[in-house]
Amino acid sequence: MAVDSGPAGAAPRSQPAIAFEHVDCTFRTPDGIAYTALRDLNLQVADGEFVAVVGPTGCGKSTILNLAAGLLTPTSGRVSVHGIPLAGLNRHAGYLFQADPLMPWRTAIRNVALGLEYRGVDRPTAEQRATEWLARVGLAGRGDVYPHQLSGGMRKRVSLAQTLILDPEIVLMDEPFSALDVQTRVLMENELLEIWAANRKSVLFITHDLEEAILLADRVVVLAAGPGTHALGEFLIDLPRPRDLAELRTTPRFSTLYHDIWQVMKDEVLKSYAQHKSRG
Amino acid sequence: MSYRRLLFFRVLLFAGLVTTWHLLVQFEVLPAFFFGEPAVVFQRTWHWFASGEIYPHLGITLLETLVAFVLGAGFGLGGGLWLALNPTASSLLEPYIKALNSMPRVILAPIFAVWFGLGIWSKIALGVTLVFFIVFFNVYQGVREVSPLVLANARMLGANARQLLRTVYLPSATSWVFSSLHTSVGLAFVGVVVGEYLGSARGIGYLILQAEGLFDINTVFAGILVLTILALILDSLVSRLERSVLRWNVRSTQTSPGA
Ligand SMILES: Nc1ncnc2c1ncn2[C@@H]1O[C@H](COP(=O)(O)OP(=O)(O)OP(=O)(O)O)[C@@H](O)[C@H]1O
Ligand SMILES: [Mg+2]
Repeated sequence: MAVDSGPAGAAPRSQPAIAFEHVDCTFRTPDGIAYTALRDLNLQVADGEFVAVVGPTGCGKSTILNLAAGLLTPTSGRVSVHGIPLAGLNRHAGYLFQADPLMPWRTAIRNVALGLEYRGVDRPTAEQRATEWLARVGLAGRGDVYPHQLSGGMRKRVSLAQTLILDPEIVLMDEPFSALDVQTRVLMENELLEIWAANRKSVLFITHDLEEAILLADRVVVLAAGPGTHALGEFLIDLPRPRDLAELRTTPRFSTLYHDIWQVMKDEVLKSYAQHKSRG
Repeated sequence: MSYRRLLFFRVLLFAGLVTTWHLLVQFEVLPAFFFGEPAVVFQRTWHWFASGEIYPHLGITLLETLVAFVLGAGFGLGGGLWLALNPTASSLLEPYIKALNSMPRVILAPIFAVWFGLGIWSKIALGVTLVFFIVFFNVYQGVREVSPLVLANARMLGANARQLLRTVYLPSATSWVFSSLHTSVGLAFVGVVVGEYLGSARGIGYLILQAEGLFDINTVFAGILVLTILALILDSLVSRLERSVLRWNVRSTQTSPGA
């Protein structure tokens, strides 16, 4: 099994929470064809910063999170956490996967309590806290059902509670809200911002929704279309905090930012679309 | 067709078959010596239960089945888990396991009789060898197909190797044991009865063996009838157990065709 990346809290605070330096990531398919998903990627998330990453589908966004989580190792280049090169799993991070990773044989509440159980918290205490977290993600009273009895959006919120209950320093989120309806989505976004503001986690947030990226993040990173994805541009989001997500959308500053970033993204989206069309 | 009508026709079908059998023997189309008489068969069965004569035999057969199932499933679960998590051992042992599995294992009965005597253990051993491989292959396959996403998630949530085994591998392996439950309980029963039939002093298989020695075909049929009823009861108990244990399983909330 992999080696941990050192004890929590021992790292100097001045270093970025996550840093990608000249990272390449190449996949080798079983038939021997190499596919370079990322090439010379540089990306940083400062301590306590909320960074959103947007990019066309298939460009390598999930790959970036897998690298940050330590589930993948870069083909070349370096991923470091608080200045220490990552070896094995990233023990400082909580990872909200894009697809549904819940255990089908555990009820919602036991899924949420899982991480606490791994840390040796006794079961009544763990379930007590899991109940609180289920309520927080709007699933009060749904603790005793199994994942297959929940909707996709509900499962997503169970995963969210499962990750955040552990209070990780770094939160990696892969399109966490894309399966939710608009109202629930705004509620969840507000909840996330509140949690983040309360203890300043470092967040790396993947989304394909530019609006969401701007509303939530301190900084938005736009990725190029694959293969060989790298960061096309970075935009500082200077919208004041705390943010009122509903109101913010209508402000002129938001429109300007949206327009600027969209200009950069548009070409990539079209390029990616053309590629997929010619490939498929 | 409503369930009651269906039930009616099922009973009718059974009665029709038994009547045909009865008439064929009655009018000596079929010789009663070889084909028995349904009336006598039912009478014999009734007498077994009414006099309580059958219970010790029934008890012994059930006990052997249960022990064979528990041991076979336990070894299968352990072996499947261990081998699936040890790539070196699994590639080393693969051809031997294949060979053992393709061997007609019922043929081991005489060897078990020599090793374990004519008591219950030789029957249990035969049942175990039949159950073991079913469970073993299911668990082995199941563990290798554990969702990599669920695994990665558990690791990210901080599971160590032992916790992964307890919270990921074991539950998914157990669900595979349960998915093969009908087959494995059935095979435990088959193994045990065949064992009894080939040499024993007690059990339903022994009753059949004894009756056959006396050319008492009616008692043989009565024994078969009891075995069939027992198998049906076991199967419905398994269904019930399955429903209560695999509540989380999508498969169990759907109806499966046949058993
Ligand atoms: N294990 C793998 N083996 C081979 N190729 C892979 C593997 N994982 C990802 N890829 C390829 O790498 C590229 C990036 O994949 P990734 O999942 O990171 O995309 P994404 O940006 O998250 O897409 P989406 O927005 O649709 O989730 C894709 O072209 C994909 O086919
Ligand atoms: Mg993705």
